[in-house]
Amino acid sequence: MKVTVCIGSSCHIKGSRQVVEQLQNLIAEHDLKDKVELGGTFCMGKCQQGVCVMADDQFFSVTPESTKEFFEENILKKL
Amino acid sequence: MRKFDTKVQHLKYKVLREVARESWNGTLMEHVLDIPKTIVPGTEPTMRCCVYKERAILAERVRLAMGGDRSNPNVIEVIDIACDECPVGGYEVTNACRGCLAHRCEDVCRRGAISFDAQHVAHIDKSKCVECGQCAKVCPYTAIVGRKRPCQNACKVKAISMNEHKAATIANEKCISCGACVYQCPFGAIMDKSFILDAIDLLKKSAAGGDPVYALVAPSISSQFTYAKLGQVITGLKKLGFYTVIEAALGADMVAQAESKELAEKGFLTSSCCPAFVKYVQQNFPQMVQYISHNLSPMATLAKYLKATTPNAKVVFIGPCTAKKAENQLDSVKPYVDVVLTFEELQALFDSKDIDLTTLEEDVLDNASYYGRIFARSGGLSDAVKEGLKEQSIDFEAKPCACDGIEECRMALLKKSRNALDANFIEGMACIGGCIGGAGCLTHGEKNKAEVDKYGMEAYEKTISEAVSVLMPVNKD
Repeated sequence: MKVTVCIGSSCHIKGSRQVVEQLQNLIAEHDLKDKVELGGTFCMGKCQQGVCVMADDQFFSVTPESTKEFFEENILKKL
Repeated sequence: MRKFDTKVQHLKYKVLREVARESWNGTLMEHVLDIPKTIVPGTEPTMRCCVYKERAILAERVRLAMGGDRSNPNVIEVIDIACDECPVGGYEVTNACRGCLAHRCEDVCRRGAISFDAQHVAHIDKSKCVECGQCAKVCPYTAIVGRKRPCQNACKVKAISMNEHKAATIANEKCISCGACVYQCPFGAIMDKSFILDAIDLLKKSAAGGDPVYALVAPSISSQFTYAKLGQVITGLKKLGFYTVIEAALGADMVAQAESKELAEKGFLTSSCCPAFVKYVQQNFPQMVQYISHNLSPMATLAKYLKATTPNAKVVFIGPCTAKKAENQLDSVKPYVDVVLTFEELQALFDSKDIDLTTLEEDVLDNASYYGRIFARSGGLSDAVKEGLKEQSIDFEAKPCACDGIEECRMALLKKSRNALDANFIEGMACIGGCIGGAGCLTHGEKNKAEVDKYGMEAYEKTISEAVSVLMPVNKD
């Protein structure tokens, strides 16, 4: 699975670094390095809904607080 | 609302604006010959001897706005007919000399070039004078003046001389494309070539469903467009058709991290951020080339990352610098950056689309740390490299020598080549003040450094590693 987090200005201010960090840690904890490819991109054109995250072709609006839930619901369960 | 320092910049801007306007409309080829008359209408000259000369010079400016002489690799060009053939006599005694008794001028002259006639009036023997200017400094009547061309005065690398028609010419093998002459020539006879049409072309294609165009803006932007808010500038850029705006300062954070490591490994290093400085080292101190950091500049570093993560991205760098246009011709940079523009050109782009920044909403710009942002001013890079060492817990004491302007760079390089430099890192910035002193800035103010520092303090991320961490979303071991 390819997970892309927006690291553009708007999402950055809303906490994309924290989202990236948490995802990195969660992926490591669950030993999913080979199954989940985490990437970054500058702007997905949906700045109002940041932090913008794409999991394969699906769009998600994530916050640092909801990252764990997002990971469990939309990454872990779908692998 | 004062947008520029000088009327020369304003004139150059008007030409760029008109060229851009026609280009957006798709009518440039049709109207290109009319642009001079649009700018200088009527029959009364406003700048030169007659409107015809004014228009002839404007036609040359139009040519430069459209990319200039493609057969000349230098991005800086002289407009021969605009050069006013300024006096070149060097130091001369004027009739303000009172024939005093003190003769300070004679005492201070180490070359014995000053003598006195029967009326005790000083004369300079040109065969002995080395143009040091000491006599002019000590004369209590300021009766001795240096008649040097502003362009030659501005050019500290001595690339400018006169041709047989007494017009300025640039020796490309000495020129570092810093643009000092462009900014200093009071007649606007030296200009940087513009690639504004290439940028418009990318933006038009993008609007028609083509590749997205990313604007990478240099941190010195914080001292520019002072009549509006930075957030409004960002909105303006998006209105022009840029997909998004990214701080080149994030590239500076990446460079600071890599460069501090490189410094510790090699023990001695010079920076590689300023393309004019790098070119200066290559041309004048070939034995020092080995010490130039192997990092790409912040612009190229970030653009490289961007193209790796978004392969169809088009990159337009917008900054204060004319030498960046030359850097963009290098094979090592060309694949990553599509077009380089200056702030002057950006102003022209805004106005060609009648975008009034002051009426726009504020957008956000936040990708880099304090340290990445202060690269824009002299001393910032040195601070960032020190911080990089600290953050990465590298046990190496950086002793930076922050060179403010190409003359200080020359001194440091000379000392190093004689093993007499008490430093292990040369921060080379060709422009005085650093990038905020760049020739492509709209304004060069006293407060610019403070503006950059303030902008640095406002960064969401406080450290280099925090700012950079977001770029490496690879799984941690």
